[in-house]
Amino acid sequence: MKELSFGTLIAVFEEMMGRGLFWALVAVAALITLAYVYVLIRDRAVSWRKFLLAQLSMPVGAILAVLFVQYITHSGFRDVGGPVDAIIMLVIAILGAIGMAILVYTVQSLMRHSSSSEMP
Amino acid sequence: MNLDRRQFLALTGGGLIASQAGGSAAKAQAVKTSANIVILGVGAAGTALANRLSERLDGARITLVDARKEHLYQPGLSLVAAGLKPPGYVVSQTKQWLPSDVAWVEERAAQIDPESKKVTTEGGTTLEYDYLVVATGLVLDHDAIEGFSLDLVGTDGVGALYAGPQYAEKTWRAAQAFSEKGGVGLFTRPATEMKCAGAPLKHAFLIDDIARRAGNAGKTDMRYMANNNSLFGVPIVAEKVRMLFQHRGIAPVYSHVLKSIDPGARRAVFDTPDGQAEMDYDYIHVIPPQRAPDVVRNSGLSWADKWTDQGWVEADAKTMRHLRYPEIFAVGDVAGVPKGKTAASVKWQVPVVEDHLVAAIGGGEGTAVYNGYTSCPLITRIGRAMLIEFDYGNNLVPSFPGVIAPLEELWISWLMKEIALKATYNAMLRGRA
Ligand SMILES: Cc1cc2nc3c(=O)[nH]c(=O)nc-3n(C[C@H](O)[C@H](O)[C@H](O)COP(=O)(O)OP(=O)(O)OC[C@H]3O[C@@H](n4cnc5c(N)ncnc54)[C@H](O)[C@@H]3O)c2cc1C
Repeated sequence: MKELSFGTLIAVFEEMMGRGLFWALVAVAALITLAYVYVLIRDRAVSWRKFLLAQLSMPVGAILAVLFVQYITHSGFRDVGGPVDAIIMLVIAILGAIGMAILVYTVQSLMRHSSSSEMP
Repeated sequence: MNLDRRQFLALTGGGLIASQAGGSAAKAQAVKTSANIVILGVGAAGTALANRLSERLDGARITLVDARKEHLYQPGLSLVAAGLKPPGYVVSQTKQWLPSDVAWVEERAAQIDPESKKVTTEGGTTLEYDYLVVATGLVLDHDAIEGFSLDLVGTDGVGALYAGPQYAEKTWRAAQAFSEKGGVGLFTRPATEMKCAGAPLKHAFLIDDIARRAGNAGKTDMRYMANNNSLFGVPIVAEKVRMLFQHRGIAPVYSHVLKSIDPGARRAVFDTPDGQAEMDYDYIHVIPPQRAPDVVRNSGLSWADKWTDQGWVEADAKTMRHLRYPEIFAVGDVAGVPKGKTAASVKWQVPVVEDHLVAAIGGGEGTAVYNGYTSCPLITRIGRAMLIEFDYGNNLVPSFPGVIAPLEELWISWLMKEIALKATYNAMLRGRA
């Protein structure tokens, strides 16, 4: 890569998804994060019941993310050829897991206002 | 990573607004000029350069000359010819990539007169220039292979994936039949310079992989016909490919250059150091000799003592500037520099030409240097590739040293080819990468 600057990376992501979709996704991710912070502040504590469900959803998010990348790239587990591949697969899985957990937690919180019984 | 303020703003909050505001700020600093710039060829190089110059210059007259209305993303042809992408994957409209402030003459250039600084188009229009950029790419000389015609592609076991998206699709039909029925497969390459020297290797690897997955490895006799005594121009890569071929049972046949085919009899004739050799085939992949377009060769811009049968533009290897006409630059496949017939090289060459051209307009000298960077994600099977990057000195110049090993078959390199390469290419066309 000539200049692997953030500017180039953003240009590449915009080309991948289209300008509209890319920035819409960035906005959605920002909104979910904001909503997550909001429910944390509003509830003034982590709801452990919601957190548990969110944690349980993590493996699902991890698997979905890995399968999605494999699906769009005509590839599979047998193509992992070196340590960097395993790391990349792990990173994709972790991103999928975290994304899923935040989403599940936030959706639950927004849908049902936490009751005091859930407080630790 | 180097971040400037604008990129940082673009990355943090309000990205879109910041990047657009940044864009107009850059425009305000553009060099004021009334220079008259003509760019011949609106492919990868011409488009990328036009976008960058239109950002850098204020008031310049930039005229693009090319009759081709459809832009071809050529690196995608290898995927089309392996049945992994439809032909439409590589096609877009030239117009959609062009900046609004350039003029596009939708004709081919017929004549260049470097003495009087004029270009004449096939329609008879005459264009004067202060600076000329030759970015016409190269021509595929299919007629040089006796007995071959593009009508044959897809029939009788004939493939020719370089010829364009429709032909790449037909190539897949012939290659797929071979991968199912088996027989002798000949994978050829020309003895001339060629764009993406990895492409013939990729095709051999992919068709072998496809036959293998179908359980037909035992039925195929794969032979890679090298034009000389090596499998790749960079020795260390050649050696790696030789080992991979050995492992996969693809036989290298050295110093065999395709001369003619007899499609009815499915027989090919090769020029070899010991005279001509005949070989029967069930599938043959033809990549024809490649040369500079006639308009370039007839205008006296080519090297007189190098590549005389191919006619590449006599350009300085570091600056891409013509050695006899300093107001002329060559960029992309047509440039007569020792390496660099890939889109990745275009990405490196374009900022160099931009630098020297803009400096010349301002009355100075540019400083940017092209080091011969060439790169090729060398696919070794569906799902894996090697990210091969090298320079004029045949040194490997990995972009991610210590992370992505250049001579290792990796999934991440395949991910790059399938997801990131086209996006990077498109960003380059827009002048943004
Ligand atoms: C099968 C294949 C696989 C490839 N894989 C890769 C890869 O993996 N990675 C990579 O980096 N590169 C790859 N490449 C190479 C890459 O596509 C080319 O190097 C790149 O497109 C060169 O850009 P260019 O602008 O010089 O030429 P082009 O993009 O070919 O554009 C040349 C333009 O000039 C125009 N023209 C021709 N004659 C005239 C004339 N007389 N007047 C006006 N205009 C004219 C043409 O119409 C065309 O639009 C591959 C190429 C092929 C064929």
